[in-house]
Amino acid sequence: MSYQSNADLGGQDVRDAILMEPEGDLFHAPWEPRVMALVVAMGPTGLSNIDMNRAARETIPNYRDLSYYEVWLTALEKLVLQQGVLGDAPPAPKQVLRAELVAAAISKGSAFSRTPAGPARYALGQRVRTIAVQPAHHTRLPAYARGKAGIVERVHGAHVFPDTNARGLGENPQWLYTVAFDEKELWGEQNPKQRSTISVDAFEPYLEPA
Amino acid sequence: MSEQHPHEPHSHHSHEHEHDHAKRALSPIELRVRALEALLTEKGYIDPAALDVLIDAYQTKIGPRNGARVVARAWCDGEFRRWLLADATAAIASLGMSGRQGEHMVAVENTPQVHNLVVCTLCSCYPWAVLGLPPTWYKSAPYRARAVKDPRGVLREFGVELPESTQIRIWDSTAEVRYLVLPQRPAGSEDLSEQQLANLVTRDSMIGTGLPGSAA
Repeated sequence: MSYQSNADLGGQDVRDAILMEPEGDLFHAPWEPRVMALVVAMGPTGLSNIDMNRAARETIPNYRDLSYYEVWLTALEKLVLQQGVLGDAPPAPKQVLRAELVAAAISKGSAFSRTPAGPARYALGQRVRTIAVQPAHHTRLPAYARGKAGIVERVHGAHVFPDTNARGLGENPQWLYTVAFDEKELWGEQNPKQRSTISVDAFEPYLEPA
Repeated sequence: MSEQHPHEPHSHHSHEHEHDHAKRALSPIELRVRALEALLTEKGYIDPAALDVLIDAYQTKIGPRNGARVVARAWCDGEFRRWLLADATAAIASLGMSGRQGEHMVAVENTPQVHNLVVCTLCSCYPWAVLGLPPTWYKSAPYRARAVKDPRGVLREFGVELPESTQIRIWDSTAEVRYLVLPQRPAGSEDLSEQQLANLVTRDSMIGTGLPGSAA
């Protein structure tokens, strides 16, 4: 079983110019705000979770050809079909976001921190190495940061684990760390020197002692 | 929004567009969006009126001016600045900003030695609670691909040239932690009020792709 993310772009050779955008320009077509709101409003229904949404988006074959709101729309269409909304027994929404509840729902948000199952395996300042695995499912360890040695800079507590949550296998909370890498570790000596340090937020299963 | 239809507060499409649509065929993507919204409404998953409220919230209430207030407060109030750097989620919440895509905030401070830059190489993670919806370039392939590998080139595209001695610290938002850059307070801004300072804070300066406006 193979899994192909088309969204893992860090470090890829993409030469197009970055198109600047003034602060007030939020949407570029009249349907875009509707898609943004549809996706946000579907959150409370529990039809899918944020990790399922990301998996649905990153596996769109022509991901790179679509605008971001087209990606959101395409993924929502896909999930609606996958979850049987069109079938004889569509799943009941956990909650429907009513207009009068929107403000409260936005300011409450939904926390991803959870009670850890055990103590943290790594400590601040510890040297760790990321695993060099391409899993056959959604994951949040970018390809450019696999098999690399770095330092634990922050410990965030336990958070919902995307790798299982995206597959409907439960939240399976894992310790989350900010792991920082020297640019040479990621890009080698050939890459023009930037004087940079790059970090990812890595879940404990992505790490090994170095 | 729907001045021509004051009797329809729950109109679920912006009615100013409705009239345009009557004059021309809907594009394939508009048809898809309408069909999906109609389906999800009919099946009882969404309240179309909630979509109007959500759009209004992100168009008029939740945007980078919120983050600018946080930054200006940190520039004026050393105790708030320390709180922001130690527990950004709580410090930001004390100014009335919280929730969706800001549940786990971290503020990172620019100094003469270190410049911070935020990216999400895997998708479009962005601190909505303080900056609102991400700009298109933040979600686009060139920014996501290059910010981690060629930050100086990216900053140059934004018109920012940092001293060679400045260390660049790039935060790839790969989990649910959301990063806010606390830019350096502009030189010569000692006499400005908190509000005047907030006006100097740009969206891009809080992502790290820009610098605040000049105090002069």
